[in-house]
Amino acid sequence: MSDHSYVLQGTTGDWEIVVGMEVHAQVASRSKLFSGSATEYGAEPNTQVSLVDAAMPGMLPVINAYCVEQAVRTGLGLNAQINKYSRFDRKNYFYPDLPQGYQISQFQFPIVGEGEIECERDDGSLFTVGIERLHLEQDAGKSIHDLDPNATYVDLNRSGVALMEIVSRPHIRTPDEAAAYMKTLRTIVRYLGTCGGDMEKGQMRADVNVSICRPGQYEKFRADGDFKHLGTRCEIKNVNSMRFIQQAIEYEARRQIDLVEEGGTVQQQTRLFDANKGVTRSMRSKEEAHDYRYFPCPDLLPLEIPQARIDEIKAELPELPADKRKRFVNELGLSEYDASVLAADKDRADYFEVVAAGHDAKIAANWVNNELFGRLNKEDLGITESPVSAGQLGKLVDLISTDVISGKIAKDVFEILWDEGGDPAEIVEKRGLKQVTDTGAIESVVDQLIAENPEQVTSIEKNPRALGWFVGQVMKAMQGKANPKAVNDILRQKLGL
Amino acid sequence: MTDFLTLSLAEITARLKAREISATEVATAALAAAEASQGELNAFTAFDRSRTLAMAEASDQKLAKGEGGLLEGAPIAVKDLFAVEGVPTTACSHILDGFKPPYESTVTSKLWAEGGVFLGKTNMDEFAMGSSNETSYYGNVINPWRAKGSEAKLTPGGSSGGSAAAVAAHLCYGATGTDTGGSIRQPAAFTGTVGVKATYGRASRWGAVAFASSLDHPGPFAKTVKDAAILMQAMSGHDPKESTSLPLDVPDFVAAAAASVKGKRIGVPKEYRMDGMPAEIETLWQQGVDWLKAAGCEIVDVSLPHTKYALPTYYIINPAEASSNLARYDGMRYGLRVEGQDLTETYEKTRGEGFGHEVQRRILMGTYVLSAGYYDAYYLKALKVRRRILEDFDQAFAQCDALLTPSTPSAAFELGSKSADPISMYLNDIFTVTANIAGVPAMSVPAGLDASGLPLGLQVITPALDEATMFSVGAALEDAAGFSHTPEKWW
Repeated sequence: MSDHSYVLQGTTGDWEIVVGMEVHAQVASRSKLFSGSATEYGAEPNTQVSLVDAAMPGMLPVINAYCVEQAVRTGLGLNAQINKYSRFDRKNYFYPDLPQGYQISQFQFPIVGEGEIECERDDGSLFTVGIERLHLEQDAGKSIHDLDPNATYVDLNRSGVALMEIVSRPHIRTPDEAAAYMKTLRTIVRYLGTCGGDMEKGQMRADVNVSICRPGQYEKFRADGDFKHLGTRCEIKNVNSMRFIQQAIEYEARRQIDLVEEGGTVQQQTRLFDANKGVTRSMRSKEEAHDYRYFPCPDLLPLEIPQARIDEIKAELPELPADKRKRFVNELGLSEYDASVLAADKDRADYFEVVAAGHDAKIAANWVNNELFGRLNKEDLGITESPVSAGQLGKLVDLISTDVISGKIAKDVFEILWDEGGDPAEIVEKRGLKQVTDTGAIESVVDQLIAENPEQVTSIEKNPRALGWFVGQVMKAMQGKANPKAVNDILRQKLGL
Repeated sequence: MTDFLTLSLAEITARLKAREISATEVATAALAAAEASQGELNAFTAFDRSRTLAMAEASDQKLAKGEGGLLEGAPIAVKDLFAVEGVPTTACSHILDGFKPPYESTVTSKLWAEGGVFLGKTNMDEFAMGSSNETSYYGNVINPWRAKGSEAKLTPGGSSGGSAAAVAAHLCYGATGTDTGGSIRQPAAFTGTVGVKATYGRASRWGAVAFASSLDHPGPFAKTVKDAAILMQAMSGHDPKESTSLPLDVPDFVAAAAASVKGKRIGVPKEYRMDGMPAEIETLWQQGVDWLKAAGCEIVDVSLPHTKYALPTYYIINPAEASSNLARYDGMRYGLRVEGQDLTETYEKTRGEGFGHEVQRRILMGTYVLSAGYYDAYYLKALKVRRRILEDFDQAFAQCDALLTPSTPSAAFELGSKSADPISMYLNDIFTVTANIAGVPAMSVPAGLDASGLPLGLQVITPALDEATMFSVGAALEDAAGFSHTPEKWW
């Protein structure tokens, strides 16, 4: 752990940080948590609002069973306890974009209990974050303040949309780990199909709890679970990008250190991150905190999920990224790096698996990660929009691994596939791109080069590294189709290296 | 001649079916009687004449073809808590001024599906908070009954006072009510009508303005037990739009109302014998016991030991839920809006002017009992007592099939006599709240008159889902009491 520690120097000594996160993930569902309204993003304001969402008198919520199953699926993906009994409570607060005057949430009995996930730092090392709970709740509407200087408009399209609030333990120790945790969560929910994970569309957003402590205190907290070892936390609300999460934590940690070192104390409060200025600002203190007056929602029965249904959902779960990464390393022989890049995104992993099926997995990984992703990024395309299909790329990989073409020629074939499509083997055949492995043909080119370039031969005797010049000349003469290994072998032999 | 207005629901539907009278004729007469009564009784808050006549016309067409439902052609009044599409639905609160719902409540939809003809919206306590109808924004209803030799204006009870008065005054053949702590049974007792609430979840709450959701029970007012069974039958049934609606078939309540009670064990709970209860109530209760004994019932003494905690428990759970349910009235999407300097002031003014005193009192009490630091002592404790009260009923019903109690601790009182003292007003519900807390069926049956000639009711409570026994015992009491009194028309 010490390799990854995040130590901040203060005037009174070193400091560390402790971070816990509450992530709101929008449940991937066509309709809302308690009404049949659509949830599509980007619709005209107030066009996806039912009588229930608008809190008309006498309207009542009815639970969307699909959203419940999505929460169970997510809980299983977080290796968490699924609670067979859970209950909805009303969280009462008054706000213009909350038509009911309360949010239906799960307070005392969440649908998912304790779990943990393995996350990966940028350097590929792993760390584990405990999950405290996941509960279902409805989203509020959206207040729009910038349409009119004197009025606030309210869009209720989001009102009632199902959210999963995923609460972590304070097991995150650096800004990078916070982003890594968020990325891992996003990968998991995308794999499961339980959340789109698009932060720009507000499908995932985080409340970040930050506190500071002296080195050694966190380890004491982990040993006995007592929060007294840690500093007072501040909660930064609604941070909506990976970069902002990191920036907000960095700023907040430094703010707390400066405050404490100047003789102040950190007050528990809710803060907002101002992305333009890169600072956090106080929103409300503990004294001003809402009293939500939670109580069981009398309009809904408790949720009871039979074990058999949980088992069914479990059986249908897709392979999760951490398992996939391990399989890529152990069974396909990929490097940790290649495996984790591929496993990080389900569509990419699926694409790769088709390319690798029956072909050389390492070459496949190399081609998907480098050539394909490089080209897709350049053109700003997603994997599902790739003009080269996984089947085509698999055939190309075969041509490389069986020495029919060289890697260099393969790049030309790839370009042709990208621009014109077609079958790789046919392209190679028709355009005469097959690699020349006929040693006689190579030898005659080599003999000719040696005869015509005596000074190069002399220099290579002094500096064997200059062999590359000859290789290049042979390749040039043979339009790149010569087998590079054969060229090398023959050159070395003829030049007596 | 409009004598037919005094007929029971069962009688008028028989005549309609036999084509001895037309639904249009009945509706026209009922509308005229209801409108004419308004100046004195103030039982209604809205009419929709063209809708009423169109529904009657549709009933006539069905009846002409020999078709029609349980209520075909009978005018029914609707408590203003139920959404009737396109008709003002205000829960008699200023804050819902001008609100015309674009939807129809499940209960009224079911009544119309059975051929009921919408007569009008009835007056009630604001958001059903009250026991005398005095908290209505539209002024109180006057009980059609008067004490002998007196012209003093009496309360019809509350909160469903308009519905009770409309049935008692023969302005309609039945009416909907809601009973959260006695809001059907108490006004029924005060007006000599039959009032029923079935098991919680039997009739859907969808489209009825929410008051205290876990206690709200829709139900009917009727002239007879049989009529009440017909109406309850019509308004019951599973509603997929309501999560606490019972996913069960509805038993034949009408047949139950005609069934024998021989051999039924009737429990008499000793805790309902309150100190200071008027002798007349005591006497009537004993009379009820004797009637049922004579009808072949076995009388059992039972105990509901937590009864004394019922009213305090009720007055914690009820305002707690109400405070949350009423948060949606913010003046933004419907109803009253009183503009202020800024948004906060607009909210404050709207809610300050839109809600009456009793409503504000409940919102404050509810907010208080749910607040951090008080929650455990009040709300959580109340939930625990609620469980004990449920257990009381379970234990009592292990020994008997139905409980017999008085409906109210007194007959109808004078308007204004209790409105200054909320506690004495709340005590009106002392015999009725337990059935709401437990969610069990209960009804009030008119059983006699007090010395001043005002009606008194007896209450029958049965185990959850056993409305059948309730209706049969109610019918036995009705038979024995031979209650045929009707208020002398003075309005």
